[in-house]
Amino acid sequence: MKTESSGTEPEGASRSVGIVETKYMTIAEPPQALKLESGESIGPVTLAYETYGALDPDRSNAILVLHALSGDAHAAGYHQEAEAPGWWDAMIGPGKPFDTDRYFVICSNVIGGCKGSTGPSSTNPWTAKPYALEFPFVTIADMVSAQRHLIDVMGIDRLLCVAGGSMGGMQALQWVASYPERVRSAIPIATALKHSPQQIAFNEVSRQSIMADPAWRNGNYYGIGQPERGLAVARMIGHITFMSDQSMEEKFSRRLKKERFSFNFDANFEVEGYLHYRGANFVKRFDANSYLYITKAMDYFDLSGGRLINDRKVDTRFLVISFKSDWLYPAYQSQEIVRQLKQKQVDATYCELKSTYGHDAFLVELEGQTTLIHHFLEKTYRGERNGNGYRR
Amino acid sequence: MDIVANGIRPDHQLIFNMVEPGARVLDLGCGTGDLLHFLEANKDARVQGIELDERAIYECVRKGLSVCQNDIESGLAEYPDGSFDYVILNQSLQEIRKVYFILREALRVGSRVIVGFPNFAYVKARMALFFGGKAPMTPSLPYHWYDTPNVRFLSISDFQEFCIEKGFAVEKASFLCGQKRITLWPNLRAMGAIFLLSWREGQKGWSDDRFSHRWRSRR
Repeated sequence: MKTESSGTEPEGASRSVGIVETKYMTIAEPPQALKLESGESIGPVTLAYETYGALDPDRSNAILVLHALSGDAHAAGYHQEAEAPGWWDAMIGPGKPFDTDRYFVICSNVIGGCKGSTGPSSTNPWTAKPYALEFPFVTIADMVSAQRHLIDVMGIDRLLCVAGGSMGGMQALQWVASYPERVRSAIPIATALKHSPQQIAFNEVSRQSIMADPAWRNGNYYGIGQPERGLAVARMIGHITFMSDQSMEEKFSRRLKKERFSFNFDANFEVEGYLHYRGANFVKRFDANSYLYITKAMDYFDLSGGRLINDRKVDTRFLVISFKSDWLYPAYQSQEIVRQLKQKQVDATYCELKSTYGHDAFLVELEGQTTLIHHFLEKTYRGERNGNGYRR
Repeated sequence: MDIVANGIRPDHQLIFNMVEPGARVLDLGCGTGDLLHFLEANKDARVQGIELDERAIYECVRKGLSVCQNDIESGLAEYPDGSFDYVILNQSLQEIRKVYFILREALRVGSRVIVGFPNFAYVKARMALFFGGKAPMTPSLPYHWYDTPNVRFLSISDFQEFCIEKGFAVEKASFLCGQKRITLWPNLRAMGAIFLLSWREGQKGWSDDRFSHRWRSRR
């Protein structure tokens, strides 16, 4: 008879992983190359990544955390001299759901990105100039295949978990579709099997905004200055879609920056100021061409129609999470994932969490996610350790 | 509901007794997952829950259970035929509008269905109605008329008749009054009942059903 060991609650005693550093690994060096879904190939490919915690001697406690559109490898802890922690610091660290006292957590920047991994702003070794639009189109499957090389080099046969929100969730799903035998569990959060026309439309407006900026110059702006206005507008659109009507009301209402209207087109409302601020900040840290490539990769992504779970026996456990006020990735899209899992009799847990934060909830709505992820991982970990995997 | 000395609800104990070791079990409306957890731990069952309440789902996941958030009426549609050995529908039958549809669906995805419900014809309920002239309130029907989630008010005899009419075979039936098993005159003396159902030979009433057609064409 089994008895349930009551796990320690993550709340209360959680700490930061402290000072961390981004590392780099180069794969697909000539004569090798990374074969891409489009038929093209690319190499060498550099991947920026960070790790937190220690890998077990039997390498069974590795968790791959996957970032969203504008994220990077810096998921937790602090960079030297930096004020802000990594993008998922609330969830990764000692005593946190991704407990680095127990698990080895890896996060890598996607290919096509601009945060240290090879992307359109990287130097093309054949021309010694930035790739710009010479950069081949990459898909979510390509991002995942690059990550698989990283995991291979680390000597990890099977990941305890792949987890991420939004585009990170797409990558988690793609991991199961591409390499089901290499993932023990998956946590796709606020994500979808495919973009709806509405989601594609928002991305297309963002892309058009970048490409309509004369400073874009067909992508050849490196060394001159990137299309900041276009990229800023693209990001503003993004931020509108990340919030809910209610969260915007709570955050800004119709409050003014100054006491009265200026009767010109300056930012009068706080919400305008916020969007401007977000846009202006974003152009300092993100490459416009990367934005084009990555949004396209998200639009191309499609694991609907039974492609998530192929005919191989899949014993990956799933924890699927959506948020009530998320209208960019509505709950019905997560429910569609769950439907696929039920049809293929894959072990699944699904919960739609109450939140008013919209799509942003996956980064800020912590309570429910903390409880669910902590216990889900604990069960997965125990199952793996006891060698009594889930029979099908 | 009372809890007996070994920490398990008497209705859960009866359901537990009906389940074969190592079975695949789906609990519709599994609440905080006590029954599933007990089955997993002590019958080596492969269990899955469906539950609507977010807080209850947290409790299930805390116990290491897999649960999908869904209402009972739409939670079964995606499961292929014969996904489970048992589908449990305990203490929620009386809250369901499409009773026959759910039971048929449950017998599509599972080989057997275990149904537990409160008995509306329990003697104290009859007395409340007959002598008091008031809508009955009993330990198994604890709600006022104005806040009850129940939409179906059935007795054990009603359900037995329903099973005969719809082609369900009653493999087992157990009756409870508090912690006590009732064998004599259950429709009068029992507060609740647990039925183990399967299709009567040659019935499988769902084959002509438009819902399962929809499901099958999707596969």
